[in-house]
Amino acid sequence: MAHIKVDEQLPGIRGLMDFRPLTAKPLNALADALLRTDEGLSKGERELIATFVSSLNDCFFCQNIHGAVAGYYHPEDEDLVDKVKRDYKNAPVTEKMKALLSIAANVQKGGKFVYEQQVEDARALGATDIEIHDTVLIAAAFCMFNRYVDGLGTFAPDNPGMYRERARKIVEETGYGGSSPK
Amino acid sequence: MSHIPLEEGVPGIRSLVMYRPDTGKPLYELAQVLLRDESPLSPAERELIATYVSHKNTCKFCASSHAAAARYLFDQESGVVDLVLDDYQSAPISDKLKALLTIAGRVQEDARTVSDEDVALARSFGANDRDIHDTVLIAATFCMFNRYVDGLATLTPTEDAAYAQMGERMGTIGYVLPQKPA
Repeated sequence: MAHIKVDEQLPGIRGLMDFRPLTAKPLNALADALLRTDEGLSKGERELIATFVSSLNDCFFCQNIHGAVAGYYHPEDEDLVDKVKRDYKNAPVTEKMKALLSIAANVQKGGKFVYEQQVEDARALGATDIEIHDTVLIAAAFCMFNRYVDGLGTFAPDNPGMYRERARKIVEETGYGGSSPK
Repeated sequence: MSHIPLEEGVPGIRSLVMYRPDTGKPLYELAQVLLRDESPLSPAERELIATYVSHKNTCKFCASSHAAAARYLFDQESGVVDLVLDDYQSAPISDKLKALLTIAGRVQEDARTVSDEDVALARSFGANDRDIHDTVLIAATFCMFNRYVDGLATLTPTEDAAYAQMGERMGTIGYVLPQKPA
């Protein structure tokens, strides 16, 4: 049971967005601006960072929905998301992505954990300013989304098919802003 | 020195939203709705929750600027802000606000630790669903802002006067997306 009265048919953040549409609007706009662009990082890479941070925060709903979206963008390897969550340093992603995931991991601990050398290493592997910026903001944003979802004790189904279908709809049809919580 | 090139002399979040206005816009809209729109919590109380969480995350820029906004909004009772940061349980605030600060503190540490008892205690002092929702989302949102601001090592002014000026602006005009100087 969630800590506040939300529609129990709506899992995770969807119940919360239905409860308070006025805050849902900028939250969805932020997700669209951050995750649904290929400028610098691809959409698939952005969703991987979001999934990875949500997994560090142990947020079941967020890591499963964003894991399903990330999986949609990486049809060539259905285990990629799990490999990144388990051990990103040995996962089949670029060295630049590994460097950005290490920055994201430190943002998850706290902003001050990100250190100069870490940023320089990412740059040496080809990361641009905007990619570094977006990595930090995606990681920070998921430290918010995860806390919102878990802090209010929302429910999360464990049926993988639900997440896959919702992910397909987000990618192909609605984005985040255009998706109704219902 | 910030980790990416930002507008010279512009501090904290302002430099970041100038760098990437398309993510800045929803971030400022979120702050405005969450901290200024209609809520059972006053803007001063909401700024206090934001300050408390930022202080716990040791984000000097966010803690100092929101503390200044809270002092401005508490007006005659501005002294309450430092008393809360020192020890909120003994500060001259309502029992309801104390119980909500406990919830905010849990969200900052690990949102999964917000317990039914924490929520029941807040309710016993008159908190309703909206109080609880807004408290959790404010705490979660500042876990994002704090990480964003510190994760990119933005400029943090050290003089109190700089923050007092920011606090007055935040207390009067609220959160309006700053424009890059021409």
